[in-house]
Amino acid sequence: MRSVLARRHVVDVVSKILMGAATAIGVFFLFWIIWTTLHFGISGMHWDLFTKDTPPPGTNAFGLRNAFVGSLILLALSLIIGVPVGLMGGTWLAEYGFHSRTANAVRFINDIMLSAPSIEIGLFAYAIVVAPTGHFSAFAGSVALAVLMIPIIVRTTDEMLSLVAGDMREAAIALGAPTWVVITKVTWKAARAGILTGVLIGLARITGETAPLLFTALNNQFFSADLFHPIANLPVVIFQFALSPYANWQQMAWAAAFITVMFVLVLSLVARWFLGKVQVPK
Amino acid sequence: MNGTDAAVRTEMGPVSEEPKSSDRPWRLSGDFLFHKAAVFGAFLAAAALFATVIAITYDSWTSIQTFGVWRFIKSSEWNPVTQTFGAFPFIIGTLVSSAIAMVLGVPISFGIAVFIAEIAPAWIKRPVAGAIELLAAIPSIVYGLWGLLVFAPVFANAEPWINDKFGAIPGIGLLFQGPPMGIGMLTAGIVLAIMVLPYISSIMRDVFLVVPSSLRESAYAMGATTWEVAWNIILPYTRSAVIGGIFLGLGRALGETMAVTFVIGNSNVLSASLLMPGATIPSVLANEFTEATTKLYLSSLIYLGLILIAVTLVVRFLAVLLIRHLGRHEGAST
Repeated sequence: MRSVLARRHVVDVVSKILMGAATAIGVFFLFWIIWTTLHFGISGMHWDLFTKDTPPPGTNAFGLRNAFVGSLILLALSLIIGVPVGLMGGTWLAEYGFHSRTANAVRFINDIMLSAPSIEIGLFAYAIVVAPTGHFSAFAGSVALAVLMIPIIVRTTDEMLSLVAGDMREAAIALGAPTWVVITKVTWKAARAGILTGVLIGLARITGETAPLLFTALNNQFFSADLFHPIANLPVVIFQFALSPYANWQQMAWAAAFITVMFVLVLSLVARWFLGKVQVPK
Repeated sequence: MNGTDAAVRTEMGPVSEEPKSSDRPWRLSGDFLFHKAAVFGAFLAAAALFATVIAITYDSWTSIQTFGVWRFIKSSEWNPVTQTFGAFPFIIGTLVSSAIAMVLGVPISFGIAVFIAEIAPAWIKRPVAGAIELLAAIPSIVYGLWGLLVFAPVFANAEPWINDKFGAIPGIGLLFQGPPMGIGMLTAGIVLAIMVLPYISSIMRDVFLVVPSSLRESAYAMGATTWEVAWNIILPYTRSAVIGGIFLGLGRALGETMAVTFVIGNSNVLSASLLMPGATIPSVLANEFTEATTKLYLSSLIYLGLILIAVTLVVRFLAVLLIRHLGRHEGAST
């Protein structure tokens, strides 16, 4: 009897220690990765990064201006494509579809798309934009990023609109407002913090995406804002520079990684802050 | 249509669909357009999945016709010069690196989830859960950069030890022999394991927290230890969603591109040892896509992508199905 008790106690203590160790491992790697990014990123900082374009191989210059501008263009264009589609899709699920068979099927497919490997989406954008037009382009990159972003926005919009109390809709209907006015002026407004969170999470997800851009936007050594030509962007610059033999290129890769990570972390924190403002009905 | 929301809906329908008179024609058209826009948005979101499969099948058609299905899968020859392409080394590379990630990542994720849900005091819970979730926010390219320039040199020091300890074991020793390069299949598996931690552990944690407290408290009242509650009460109750979470992580690992491309060493030749370089379907796509000069070469690369999609679709389908299963179960019981 006593030995059984002792054994159970030992198993319990050992398992607790192992679980604490597992958590420590996870946190340790987080700090290791963040610390290296900070360390190398900050030491790679240079004013020229923001004012000059990526230098040709072999020179000792610094510059990432074209990549910053290119990344911002890509993100903005993906927002323009992705947000309306995601918002309307999520609105249909929450306001028109409910738990009908079709709506549940759409939710299911959307959940599958939510975890789609980005490389598949890159191949998709290649197939529908790059192959028909015959060249890599910023537009194709934005399509790929938008497709990655849409499931996230659809899902959060759907969930956040479902949280809006039915009383509010009923009150608006009772005043004679048509459905679309009820949705745009009442439910969207009530759920705006949540919807915005979805957009921010989506933006954070696509910010560092590299794989789909390799098949679509590619890269450009020069400054370009042309949507129908290859465009420079931070993730692909990190990829190409990190694998290069030049010290200054590797340094720039770290600097670019540092800025990308900071941008994503700030987006995630802001998203979390907005999520805290979402009012859950009792 | 069911539930209370539907009641609201049926009341709203007639209001908007009955044009009152000609004094406000915008009502009907506004509703009509908005509804159609919403339907279109939902259609696009859902159609993307099918469009992806169709578009990629279309692009890989040249290669499918040339090599067939079975011959492509089992052939190990990948030679752009002779224009002979086979997927075998990449399929194996993808499966092996993901298997390593699962073997290392699943127990650690389980530990993290139980720690956060059951063991940790409240003041540790939130920061630790937040830290683990931040792992998911770090872009995969940064994992790759870190893996190649920081982790691989450190790991190269550990490899001779692995070689000595495990390399001599008959049978599995073959897996752990090789020069200490730091990059290779095992490194890729380790980096993938870190990357899947937040996905698997957050799903496990979320479902652990929905276990009815009556179940948990009954077990504690009977004198069960924390471990016994976790292993005998919580895990069986949440089994389907836990497996779903593991599949979700597996889906991530199978399709992960950038981190793997950096650390796997990119060798198109299959090697028995995990310490040797290899390649996965995503890594070969990332490396060779822009170099593909002939139509057959490009088409074969996209064909690899098609195989990856087929595999990950099944995995993701099961993941979503299993995770939802618990939700329904839970809804029925309360």
